[in-house]
Amino acid sequence: MSLRALFAAVVLGISFAAAPIAGAAEPEFTIVIRDHKFEPSEVRIPANTKVRLIVDNQDSTAEEFESKELKREKVIPPKSKGTVLIGPLKPGRYAFVGEFNEKTAKGVVIVE
Amino acid sequence: MIGAAVIVFRESFEAALLIGIIAAATRAIPGRSRYVATGIVAGASGALVVAALTGRIAQLFGGIGQELFNAGVLGIAVLMLAWHNIWMSVHGTELAADARRVGREVSEGRRALSAILVVIAVAVLREGAETALFLYGLLSAGSVTYGELAAGSGLGLAAGVAVGVVMYAGIVRVPMRWFFAVTSALILLLAAAMAAQMARFLVQSDVLPSLADPVWDTSHVLSATSPLGAFLHALVGYDPQPSGMQLVFYVVTAATIWIGMQLARRRQAAHAASRVAA
Repeated sequence: MSLRALFAAVVLGISFAAAPIAGAAEPEFTIVIRDHKFEPSEVRIPANTKVRLIVDNQDSTAEEFESKELKREKVIPPKSKGTVLIGPLKPGRYAFVGEFNEKTAKGVVIVE
Repeated sequence: MIGAAVIVFRESFEAALLIGIIAAATRAIPGRSRYVATGIVAGASGALVVAALTGRIAQLFGGIGQELFNAGVLGIAVLMLAWHNIWMSVHGTELAADARRVGREVSEGRRALSAILVVIAVAVLREGAETALFLYGLLSAGSVTYGELAAGSGLGLAAGVAVGVVMYAGIVRVPMRWFFAVTSALILLLAAAMAAQMARFLVQSDVLPSLADPVWDTSHVLSATSPLGAFLHALVGYDPQPSGMQLVFYVVTAATIWIGMQLARRRQAAHAASRVAA
């Protein structure tokens, strides 16, 4: 078996072994992007829980929701919504920014 | 204008670093400059297409299309880098000895060059698509003129390219004895870093679990936003708070490529020995 095939098999093996089982819906929180600002700019979520963030970009330009602490990056096209799954997270503050408008698009996820 | 310069620099320096390393590592393969240039152009063109299709891609697969696309192209790049390293471990020393060898070496060299063309195109495509979206946003918001945008982007791109050039210049100064070891180590770590990034997107889209997050936290030692942290992130995939799945992808990729290189070299040595004996 060629080594590339071996590598692919290992990755696939891990994916299937760890395949998530469909479960109950996670709590949802919506963050709106308006005028290159996040509304709300502070989101409180419970600790150790998977949470679904819905980023609703109401601006006419794309924004990139990015957080180094949350390890999430996603481009949200103009006038559309994107989903970012986060958690389970330990309590603390996790900053996020809109990378295309970092001066104004700032927020924090407070996990408690 | 400075805003555009900063963002274009940040997006371009990771790709420039990768291109600098690959260009240095393939110095001995004849005709590699054409492949590097084609990779850049292909990536840039692809970036414009991806930027235009961002909305449609994002909606695929129930909203995780963007993550799967990113993971997919990163996966392709990892495979190409692995192929390059394994190929170089067999042919690298021969090429260094006689850069003008024709025939089998050149045609095999072309296959290795196609691999790096794909890697470079992928890197430029990923960073370029984000850059294109960002610049388009600036333009349509009317916050900059075309002139300011061009000047800012030019500045940022030049700075990013400078990083790649410095990397290239540094690597080609490595003495011949260590050259192959250094370049294959850099490329192996680049591949592992891209695999870890791939894991991030697969965890983000809930295709894979995170397996403990974070496994450790070194952000007080070296933060990811500091210049050194950002440089190490681009070079070897440094993440101060890696998840378990990121580590798995990183270690498995590094180990697989390394084992592949050893096996290929051993097979090559066995063939050479049997030819001599025959």
